Parts: sequence; structure tokens; C-alpha cells
Amino acid sequence: MPSPLRAAFLRGLAASLPFVLVIGPFGTLFGVVATGAGMTVLETMGFSVVVIAGAAQFAAVQLMQDGAPLVVVIFTAAAVNLRMAMYSASLAPHLGLAKLWQRALISYLLVDQSYVAAITEFTRNPDRPVAEKVAYFFGTVSLVVPLWYLSTWGGAAFGKAIPSDLALDFAVPIAFLAMIAPVLRTPAHYAAALVSVGGTLALWWMPYSSGLLVASAAAMIVGALVETLWEKRA
Amino acid sequence: MSPDQLPEIIAVKWKLWTLIVALGALTFALRFSFLGVIGARPLPPMVLRLLRYTPMAVIPGLVAPAVLWPAATGGETDPVRLAAAVMTVLAGVITRNTLASIGAGVAVLFGLPLLLG
Repeated sequence: MPSPLRAAFLRGLAASLPFVLVIGPFGTLFGVVATGAGMTVLETMGFSVVVIAGAAQFAAVQLMQDGAPLVVVIFTAAAVNLRMAMYSASLAPHLGLAKLWQRALISYLLVDQSYVAAITEFTRNPDRPVAEKVAYFFGTVSLVVPLWYLSTWGGAAFGKAIPSDLALDFAVPIAFLAMIAPVLRTPAHYAAALVSVGGTLALWWMPYSSGLLVASAAAMIVGALVETLWEKRA
Repeated sequence: MSPDQLPEIIAVKWKLWTLIVALGALTFALRFSFLGVIGARPLPPMVLRLLRYTPMAVIPGLVAPAVLWPAATGGETDPVRLAAAVMTVLAGVITRNTLASIGAGVAVLFGLPLLLG
């Protein structure tokens, strides 16, 4: 690899180091929870390799345990990933001119952590060549994604050693709340979260867990509206 | 765990693999949506703004029933699980750190029953 590319790759790798601490425990937890719910190690790995999106994977497990039908599980878990379209849109000006196979690979590897690290760098240094930006992106995922696979496998393979009387069913809600709470910052965030909770509970009577989708759509609109109003006020 | 206790989608293998492949394909489609199209025009700001709220809009609602009516207790509100959830959120908002937030929640979930004997 030519040295400017190698340098960019290594800077990406360095930027991803703080995320390494978070990915390991999350992957392990997914492995433990998925096998605890009755999946085999292979099926659990299928999720982590094919989907690579922790929140959507946990959502799928939760919904399956709630007894939601297949189509609802697929679309609700995919809805958790709608933000990926936003990531894709915001990276397109920087990476849109890379080779097709590179853009396909980048898309597969586009996770929260790689997005945050990459967009921070590209916003700071917008004029670097596309090849360097691509190298930087691949640097951000080279530790994080293999670690996601490995820690999932570890949790799935050794999770059975955990005594079954522990309240493991509650690991998923805690993991979700711990993802969301640290990023609750603005009034719009709180408004969206409140509508999401209130709406889902109020619509719990709707069939096939479909109330969650309705409440989520309403919460997105409320979040965006509150942000807009807040900006006008300021 | 015997097969008849498994959630249906996990017990019926073709359903589980359909879920894995379909969720993977939809997720890839979302990730590839704009990167895949060279010279994609930027999304209208309002659409970007809506998409930005998806985690906040979906995840709290997904968790709320499991917090208030856990299946493990037959749907009856459990003070320990409720306290653990509240602690997780408080710790997350105060520390802004996911691992600290998990640690606080887990400490309450497993510590509180010990304290209460």
C-alpha cells in the first residue's frame, strides 16, 4: 500500500480504538442472549455476520420472544436501521466516487462506530483524495468488525456456562437503554423518546406488535418538529 | 430448553434464516442507498432530520413493554427490573457512557434482590 494510504488507514484504525472497548461486551452479550433465546451458535453468527447491526439484532430477538410474526420482526428490526440511510447520504459526497466494489464493501461495513469516526475525519479534512478517504474508512472497521464477529462467537459458545436463574431476559432492555440514554441530549431527543414509549404502550392492543411501528413513526415526526421549533426559537 | 418453549421463529428454521437474510438484505440496501448512486443529490434537510431520530423513536418503545410487563414474570411489573431500567437510564444520562450505564443497571438487577434478601 502506498504510504499516504497506509497512513490514512492507520489513522482510521487509531480513531476506532475507543469503540473497541464497547464492541466486545456488546457482541458477547448478543451471543449470550441469542443462544439463551434458543438459537444455535451458527444462527447467532449468521445474525452478526449477515446483519452487523447490534441494535437491530437485539430488536429482532426481543420481538421474536414477544411472539411477533416474521414480517413484523423483519420490518421493525429494519426500521431500527433506517438511520443507516442517513449515514449513507452523508458519506456519499466523500466516498461516492470510489470504485463500485469499494462502495459495496463500505456499505456492508457501515456501522455506527465507523460512520462517526469517518464523518468526523472527512468533515475536518474534506479535500483529501478519495483513495485516502476509502483507506481511512477501512481503517476504522478493521478492528471493530472482526471483534464484533469474535465476541459474538465467544458469547454464543461460552454463554451456556451462565446460570439460567439469572434475570438474563433483562439484558436486552438494559443494553438498549444504555445505548440510548447517553445520547439523550436535546429537548427533541426527549420528546421523541417520550412519544415512542407513550405511543407504544397506548397502542399495545394493536395486533402483531404493529403499535410500535406506528408509535415510532409518530416519534420521528415529533423529534424533527421539536428540533425545527427549537431552532426557530433560538 | 425444550423445542416447544422456543419462540416460533427460532424453532422453525426456515423462518429464522428468512429473517436473518431479509434483515441483512434490507440493512445493506439502506447502507448502499446513497453510496451506491454516484453523484447522489443530497436528501432534503427535513428527511435527514426525520431519519436522525430513528434510534430515539424506535428503541424506547421497543423496550418499554419489556420494562413494565416482563414476560419472565408473566407480565407482572417487577420492582427490581423497573429499578434496574431507571438506574440504567439515569447512569447513562449522567455519565454519557454506555458501559457505565450497563454496569449501573446490572448492579441493580442482580444487587437489589441480594439486598432485599
